[in-house]
Amino acid sequence: MSNDHKTDVATTGIVEGDIVEFPLPPHHHRLTDTDPRAARRAERQVSIMFILSALCIIGFVVAYVAIPETSYIDLGPVGTLQTSNLMLGLTFGLATLLIGIAAIHWAKKLMSDEEIVDYRHPVGSPQEDRDAAKAAFDAGVAESGFVERKMVRRTLLGALALFPLPLIVMLKDMGPLPGDSLRHTIWRKGSRIVVDVTGQPLRPEDMQVGSLVSASPADLNEIQEADGDQNARAKASIILVRMKPSDIVSEQGDGWSWNGILAFSKICTHVGCPIALYQQRTHHLLCPCHQSTFDLADSGKVVFGPAARAMPQLPITVDSEGYLVAQSDFQQPVGPSFWERA
Amino acid sequence: MSAVVDEVGKAIGRADERAPISSLLKDNLRKVFPDHWSFMLGEIALYSFIILLLTGVYLTIWYQPSMQEVVYHGSYQPLVGIPMSEAYNSALHISFDVRGGLLIRQIHHWAALFFMAAMAVHMFRIFFTGAFRKPREFNWVIGGSMILIGLLEGFAGYSLPDDLLSGVGVRIVAGIIESIPVVGTYLLFFIFGGQYPGHDFIPRLYTFHVLLVPGILLASVGLHLVLIFYHKHTQYPGPGRTNENVVGFPLFPVYTAKAGGFFFIVFGVTVLMAALVTINPIWAYGPYVPDQVTAGSQPDWYIGFVDGALRAFPNWEWEDFLGHTWSWNILLPCVVMPGILVTLLLSYPFLEAWITGDTREHHLLDRPRNAATRTGLGVMAITFYGILVINGANDIVAQAFNLSINQLTWFTRIGVFVIPPLAFIATRRFCLGLQRRDRDLLMHGRESGQILRLPHGEFIEIHTPISDEEKAVILAKRDIAPIEAPPETDENGVKTPGLRAKKWRAKLSNAYFGENVQRPTLAEIEAAEHHHHDEVAHEIDVLHEAGAPVPSELTD
Repeated sequence: MSNDHKTDVATTGIVEGDIVEFPLPPHHHRLTDTDPRAARRAERQVSIMFILSALCIIGFVVAYVAIPETSYIDLGPVGTLQTSNLMLGLTFGLATLLIGIAAIHWAKKLMSDEEIVDYRHPVGSPQEDRDAAKAAFDAGVAESGFVERKMVRRTLLGALALFPLPLIVMLKDMGPLPGDSLRHTIWRKGSRIVVDVTGQPLRPEDMQVGSLVSASPADLNEIQEADGDQNARAKASIILVRMKPSDIVSEQGDGWSWNGILAFSKICTHVGCPIALYQQRTHHLLCPCHQSTFDLADSGKVVFGPAARAMPQLPITVDSEGYLVAQSDFQQPVGPSFWERA
Repeated sequence: MSAVVDEVGKAIGRADERAPISSLLKDNLRKVFPDHWSFMLGEIALYSFIILLLTGVYLTIWYQPSMQEVVYHGSYQPLVGIPMSEAYNSALHISFDVRGGLLIRQIHHWAALFFMAAMAVHMFRIFFTGAFRKPREFNWVIGGSMILIGLLEGFAGYSLPDDLLSGVGVRIVAGIIESIPVVGTYLLFFIFGGQYPGHDFIPRLYTFHVLLVPGILLASVGLHLVLIFYHKHTQYPGPGRTNENVVGFPLFPVYTAKAGGFFFIVFGVTVLMAALVTINPIWAYGPYVPDQVTAGSQPDWYIGFVDGALRAFPNWEWEDFLGHTWSWNILLPCVVMPGILVTLLLSYPFLEAWITGDTREHHLLDRPRNAATRTGLGVMAITFYGILVINGANDIVAQAFNLSINQLTWFTRIGVFVIPPLAFIATRRFCLGLQRRDRDLLMHGRESGQILRLPHGEFIEIHTPISDEEKAVILAKRDIAPIEAPPETDENGVKTPGLRAKKWRAKLSNAYFGENVQRPTLAEIEAAEHHHHDEVAHEIDVLHEAGAPVPSELTD
């Protein structure tokens, strides 16, 4: 039984409008139903498509054997495509498509298109089944003593409640605990600043006013090699910019720059994309991911976008040989915010 | 009888002695399914899923889920000699050194996009036609969950090649995880096996992508289909179609051929797309290095709404509140907003049922206009989502249309709250207008465009009655009246239990249905017809009296 009885307009809003039933409209025969020639033509069309599909499959095998994956084809405005990809795809795709079109053509032209009416039944079980199910359940409950034997029931529930604990506890070794690892990078006092791509150490005179260089600490590659991962790079990478010292409005620390050369973390303080889109006239740094914009001439503060915190500045100086070096590690965690950061 | 058919018959006979196949076939071979193009949207999703399973198996043959660094020596010259992860190396190997490998990779990616798109559009169809109503609420929940799970699966899939584009996506997700209060940092370290990026993430993501999630999806798809089979398919209103029947064609042979054929069509189109249109050219991005990024980077479209929200959100952060950092600028758009969206989506059938108080079974679909408020809400949700998706590509949009990216971001920040309600109001009005039009059609018929001048100078337009088929469609409308607020106390002065909830329900019900145009009753239609008939009779009389010929349109 369904719950259809509760149709009280005041509380349910259901309006039982008068139901009018219209009969199914009369069936119209297709040409293929009345004209045997049309039916034979449709049959031929379906078969031709099946045959073409089989030919395409043979074409696929030929293309597979004949075309090396290193050959390319220039299709002008479409671009250059891998010939093997193109031919394998065309043959296989057409073969597949033809089977589909043929099957549907068959169904639409040759199989009966007279609509059939089927009747629905209420989705729920009949009442006697419900009663029988309840009786069976009650009998089981009674026989198990789940209700009367309170001690068994409660201890069972207690045991089951604790049971999943090992499954969760064992996940602990998925990773080390964070500790203070997010607060440090591999920059140290005296770390030489090298050009990221070439590994060349930098002197101040290597940088012109208005230029930007992606850089990293000189020992980054050794550390990466030893660690076997890119964790050090993910935090230590920096950008160096040089501007007229008179353009600098403020810095995050006194004496952190060298003759207009400033070093900032390259990792966005929003969600961690590396940033290198720099507009030299405004000294703005724009994150390509979410458009946070930082003013490097003004302590790297946020001037637009979703990032909340200024880009951390790396204090730099020049060592005795005239190369740019870090004065220390970053004075604050680099990259996105995290719960324990404050 | 052909020999093949005979053999199949014999095989079924032999099998039946081991399992009661005949009983199963007897009930189901001729099961009736109704025909409509919109019923094929879910099929596209199902077939794309099958294509994904098939091509995914091929990809696992060559793909290496490892972040171990290797140097590339394959046949793609621009990358030779460059260090990269084994994962990226193997993805390049599939693309350039496995014959047909690129094709499989591109079919897999295109099918993933089709899978998500088909699920979304299928959901729109279900929503706007009210197919989620009793008894199908649970299937709505399963379907909605599959979209959410599919989103995670898609993200995992396109992150596996470990190219620069997808690597930046993973970096962003790591940043989002870090923003979660209390547990975020620990979650990050557990998921990545330590600091970002570590060397555990790709292998773990691989297991997630090829085992855990497909398993869940497969089970959900199975359950989804079993329920469809059990409930019998819904159908659109029309002559001969009622809430108690289903009119259509039998599973065998018509739907076997149509649905089976459609699988091949979906597959064929996907393969042709993969042959002709390059997707995700990982070789062009290079290997992932954490300090590099490509400008104009976009996630796959279905992640776009989260990224769009993340781009638009103002930079609210409490740097130090109660000794902790609260990153509202990430938490609200990436965790809270999707969470609210999913909750609303999954609970909608139950909310609507509570507001309407309707506990009947519904097998006849609503026409979207007849559920004006629901249709408005749906369009509002799609508009909200669409604005965020577009903002997820705001850098591309700004470039293509030469706009300021800052203004575009501000447009989204304001527009995402202003435009969806406007879309709601406009859609709802539009639906109510269509309801009124339906009512007019029933009562007065259709304007024929034929103007008649009567002998005394009066102009009248001839209305032609609508066909029975149109009448059947319009008359299938089932009205819901707004629920009245309950009295504060009953006749004995006892306070009505649950008064506050009931008042709310009455308010919502009024908002939902207060302006609905009631379908005319049969008596009203009859009265209108009589009136029309009398008018025409009068006109004929007038023409007769004047000795003028009576046009055939009046006498029909």
